[in-house]
Amino acid sequence: MSAARGPAAIEVTDLTVAYGEKPVLWDVDVEIPQGTLTAVVGPNGAGKTTLIRAILGLVEPAAGRTLVLGSAYEANRRRVGYVPQRGSVDWDFPTDVLDVVLMGRYGHLGWLRRPGRADREAALDALRRVEMEAFAHRQISQLSGGQQQRVFLARALVQDADLYLMDEPFQGVDATTERAIVELLRELRSRGKTIVAVHHDLQTVPEYFDRVVLLNVRLVASGTVEEAFTEEALRKTYGGRSALFGPDGR
Amino acid sequence: MTAVFLVDDYTLRTVALGAVALGAVGGALGTFAVLRRQALVGDAISHAALPGVVLAYVLLGTKASQWLMLGAAVTGFAATLAVGGIVRTTRVKTDAALGIVLSVFFGVGLVLLTWVQRRPDASQAGLDRFLFGQAATVLRDDVVTIAVVGSLALAVVAVLWKQLKLLAFDAEFGASLGMRMHAVEIALTALLVVAIVIGLQMVGAVLMSAMIVAPAAAARQWTNRLGPMTLVAAGVGAAAGAIGAVASSEVERLPTGPTIVLVATAIVIGSFLVAPRGVLVRRLRARRARSRLAAHAVLADLAVLEDGHGGVAHGHPAATIGVMEEADATTALRGLEQDGLVRCDSEGNWSLTERGREEARRR
Repeated sequence: MSAARGPAAIEVTDLTVAYGEKPVLWDVDVEIPQGTLTAVVGPNGAGKTTLIRAILGLVEPAAGRTLVLGSAYEANRRRVGYVPQRGSVDWDFPTDVLDVVLMGRYGHLGWLRRPGRADREAALDALRRVEMEAFAHRQISQLSGGQQQRVFLARALVQDADLYLMDEPFQGVDATTERAIVELLRELRSRGKTIVAVHHDLQTVPEYFDRVVLLNVRLVASGTVEEAFTEEALRKTYGGRSALFGPDGR
Repeated sequence: MTAVFLVDDYTLRTVALGAVALGAVGGALGTFAVLRRQALVGDAISHAALPGVVLAYVLLGTKASQWLMLGAAVTGFAATLAVGGIVRTTRVKTDAALGIVLSVFFGVGLVLLTWVQRRPDASQAGLDRFLFGQAATVLRDDVVTIAVVGSLALAVVAVLWKQLKLLAFDAEFGASLGMRMHAVEIALTALLVVAIVIGLQMVGAVLMSAMIVAPAAAARQWTNRLGPMTLVAAGVGAAAGAIGAVASSEVERLPTGPTIVLVATAIVIGSFLVAPRGVLVRRLRARRARSRLAAHAVLADLAVLEDGHGGVAHGHPAATIGVMEEADATTALRGLEQDGLVRCDSEGNWSLTERGREEARRR
């Protein structure tokens, strides 16, 4: 995988993040080239979500810096799409699918403008790409877990980004949705986009992703799946437990 | 006689206009407070407004309600900052912090009010109207203030619509888009303070938070969209204000503020019962679904029984089917009979009709 497409999609240097006194990420260095599909893997509490949030400027790091597509996040914000954890919002909120997807356009609209016809077209198109166009006017509380995830993906798609950060996009989705999401991620990569996803199922890492970041507060390994996704690195990440294919490797 | 009537009418019109305005603004802003699960913040703000009213009177030496409202706004907003500070710096959770702040500020307010009332001069008379509200003291100027300030608050809601929606639904995502979600949160709190403060004189510090929570709770039962919910909540608040104001003017000694709140509560209860998302409608729908399911199962049972007899039409008593379903099948059978899918012979044995057989196979 050549990385000759300009600056790294993500460059994290000496990043330390602490909540209170407890370090969640400790002196982490990660570089992710553009046009790749990267899994962020590690046990619970390893700081995977925090890494994503730090890159997005949602948490203030204690030390270190993060660059996105060669500049500070603020400068390249519009080139980044974000898929938060599905469970982070109240799905009983009074809104429908199309409206949620339109939120992905808010960053392009600025302070005052309302979403217009072009935005609506983009949202419907994104829903088509995740095979949810029939649900455009469905109240979001009526969606299954897989459908909720597809809606969040569609919302990121309308952000029309070059780099997508996804927090557990496969969490609690059915097999059909999982295949559809993988399909979509590959299609994005083929168009030169970069995808970084927090992932839990170690067995599917080599199949779905071409790069991996192994994390357990400290960085354990980072690189292509062949280089970094080794038995030894996994053992280090999961603390001696037989992680791969074991019951703890969820 | 006519003159008295006109004066009455004028007073009523003033009071009703004020009540409509405060109800509409409280309802619209309350939508966001309720959706963010911060209904109690309204309670803290309204109670914390009391010391501000008294302090404004003591420090500025005026009883003009604009200045008293300003004082109320200052301590009301300070209370929300105190809650935030407590949650950030101690291990006390938000609900407890709200409780502490609410009672401390309200306690201070009561102490100040008592102290002011014991002073020899009589100029303080009427300050206690902010405790339980007293619509009769609301003058035309006050209504103008309520309407102007309230309209401004609603205009800000319209301008910040996208930001407020994201704040309530997915603040992290909003922040990732570069929206200053913290600033939006402060703005929403300030708007909530405005909505509460403009209602204090009429509804009072003790009850005002009901005008934040009740209309939004009622509106949620009627709609599944944020825009309509905000409008319905504003409408419910306005209606409660109008009805409450008129009712208390018609019935002697009926206090306006509490009446408005009771009307709002009645609308909430009515909405819980009859609205599309309400209890009654949901129950009815569930029962219909259940009976459809039961009919479905009974039809299948009859087909199975028939297969057991080599596929010839063969009747069975309702009890047999009842045993299979572990429930009384009579109602379901009668329903199916009406649809022409089963028939009952003279001995009370049920069997499938030709159409019923087809239907059972199709399902």
